[in-house]
Amino acid sequence: MLTRALGRTPHYVVAAGLAVIFLFPLVWNAWASVSAQPGTAQESGYGLGNYRTLLDYDAGLWRYLGNSALVSVLTVALTLGVSLLGGYAFARFEFPGKNLLFLLTLAILMVPYATLLIPLYVLLGRLHLQNSLLGLSLVLAMFQLPFATFMMRISFEAVPRELEESALVDGCGTAGALRRVMLPAVRPGLITVGLFAFLAAWNDFIAPLILISDSQKAPLPLAVANLRQQSMGAVDYGATEAGVVVLAVPCLLLFLLLQRHYVRGFMSGALKG
Amino acid sequence: MHVKAPDRATAEHPPPTRPADRSPRNAAPRRHSRRIQGLGYAAPTAVFVTVFFLLPLLLVGQMSLDDWPLLAGDQGVNAPENYTDVMDSPLFWPAVRFTLLYTAVVTVVLLGLALLLALLVQESRPGAGFFRTVYFLPGAVGLASASLLFWGLYSPTTGPLSRILEHLGLVDDPVSFLGTPTSALLSTVFLVVWKFAGFYMLILLVGLQRIPHEVYEAARMDGASRGQIFRSITLPLLRPSLALSLLLCVTGSLLAFDQFFVLTKGGPDNSTVTVVQLIYREAFQRLNLGTAAALSILVLGALLLLNALQFRGLRRSDES
Repeated sequence: MLTRALGRTPHYVVAAGLAVIFLFPLVWNAWASVSAQPGTAQESGYGLGNYRTLLDYDAGLWRYLGNSALVSVLTVALTLGVSLLGGYAFARFEFPGKNLLFLLTLAILMVPYATLLIPLYVLLGRLHLQNSLLGLSLVLAMFQLPFATFMMRISFEAVPRELEESALVDGCGTAGALRRVMLPAVRPGLITVGLFAFLAAWNDFIAPLILISDSQKAPLPLAVANLRQQSMGAVDYGATEAGVVVLAVPCLLLFLLLQRHYVRGFMSGALKG
Repeated sequence: MHVKAPDRATAEHPPPTRPADRSPRNAAPRRHSRRIQGLGYAAPTAVFVTVFFLLPLLLVGQMSLDDWPLLAGDQGVNAPENYTDVMDSPLFWPAVRFTLLYTAVVTVVLLGLALLLALLVQESRPGAGFFRTVYFLPGAVGLASASLLFWGLYSPTTGPLSRILEHLGLVDDPVSFLGTPTSALLSTVFLVVWKFAGFYMLILLVGLQRIPHEVYEAARMDGASRGQIFRSITLPLLRPSLALSLLLCVTGSLLAFDQFFVLTKGGPDNSTVTVVQLIYREAFQRLNLGTAAALSILVLGALLLLNALQFRGLRRSDES
C-alpha cells in the first residue's frame, strides 16, 4: 500500500506542477487587473479603477459587450437552426445531391479563413451587409457549419428510428416528429454545437477585424485590442488586463457549466478520425 | 474528413421497413414526398454553402486575376500581374519560411506536451477530472484574448515573468521577451501551447480510451516493460488520433494570425510576419485586394496539396 502511494507521488507532482503553470496566467491576469500599476487608473492599492477606464473607453464597454452579445446570440441561433434542419435531412432523408452537399459543407474546413474573408468583404458590400453585425454573424455561422452539421447528423443517427416512426404513425408530420420527438433526443448534440458556436463567435478576432470598420460596431475582442494600440503612445496595461477578464469570464463560466456535455460530445465520437 | 463514422452507423442499422412503405399503392408518392421534405430541411444549409462559401470561392479566383484596389473596385483583368507581384514582394519568402518554421516548432512542442497531459490524466485515479478541467481551461479563452493576456505577462516593466526570472537570479536586467526574433518566436509558441494543449489532450484522450484494456494486460503478462508497452502498443494504436491532431495542428499553425497580430505585430523587424498577416497587409494596409486574393489562392493551393499528401500517406499506412 505504501509503495503504491509512493509510486503515485511523482505522478501527482508532475500533474500539479503543470496545473500551476496552466492556471498561473489566468490567476495573474485577474489579480493584475485590480492591483496597483504605474501608468494605469489603479495607481495605488486595490480597486476597480481599470474597469472604470474600460467602461468609458471610446464607445463604452456596454456598447462593445452588447455588440459581442448580439453577434454571439445571432451566430448561435443561426448555427443551431441550420444544423438542426440540415442534420435531420442528412441523417433521415434521401434526396438528390445529398452526398455532394454534405461534402461541400465539410469542405469549408479545408479552406483557409483568410482566403474566404477577402471575397466575403466584397460580397457583403454588394449585399449591403458590410460593416453590419448581421453580416458578421452570417459569416461566423458559415464557418461553424462543418462541425455543427457533422455533430447533428451523428446525433440524429443515434436516435432509434422506431421513435420517429411511431410519431409518424400517430399522425405527426415530419416537422411534428422533429419538434416533439427528435428535439429532446438530440439535446446533448445541440448543447455541444451551441457552446462551440458561442465560444467561436464571442472570441473571434480576424472576421470582425476585416468585416467591421465602424468602431461603434466593434465586438469586444477588437475593441480591447484597439484599446492597446490607440492609447496615444502610453500603453495602458491595466485597462487591457481588465478587458481580458471581461472577455474570458463568460467563456470560462459557460465551459465549466457545460463541460460534461462538451466532453461527452467529444467522447461520443465527434472526432473519430 | 470524418465521414466514416456515420456511414458505419447506417450500415449497422439497415433502414427498417417504414410503416409508410408497407402498402405498395402508397409507396411511390410517399417516397417522393420524403425526397421533397429532405430537400426542404437541407435548403438552409444549401443556401449558406452556396452564398457564403461557393460564391466567395469563385469570386476570390476572379479577384486574383483582376486589378482590384480596395476602394475603387474591379478595374478589369490584369492577369497574371497579381501573382508575379506576390512573388516579387520582399516579404513573401521570409513570411513563407517563418510560417513553416513556426508550424514545425509548434507542432512538435504542442503535440508532445498534449500526449504527456493525456497520459497523465487518462486513468481514473482521484483528481484526474480536476486536472483535465485545469489543462483544458485556457482553451475556453479566445486566442486574441489570450494573446493580450500574454502581452501583459511578457511586459518587461510590469509583467511578472521578467521579475520572477530576476528574482531567481537567472537574469540581471528586465527581459524583453518580444524583443529579438528568436525570443519573440519562442514566446509566441509558449502562448499557443498554453492555449491549445488541453484541446489536443482531449482528442488524444479519446484515442487512448479506445485502446482495449485486454491488450495492455496481455502485454504485461508477457513481461513487457512500461517503455516497451508505450512504444509498441500505445503509440501505434493511438495513430488515428495522432494523425487527426497532426492535421489540425499543422493546418491551424500555417494559418496563424491573431497571436502575431496582437502579440508581436509582426516584429521585431518583420521577423514574425506570417503568410496570413501578409494577406491582411496587402488587402487592408497596401489596399490591394487583387494581390491579396492571388496570395490567398496560393495558400489555398498549398494547403489542398498538403492535405491530399497527408491523406494519401495515411491511407497507405492504413493498408500496410
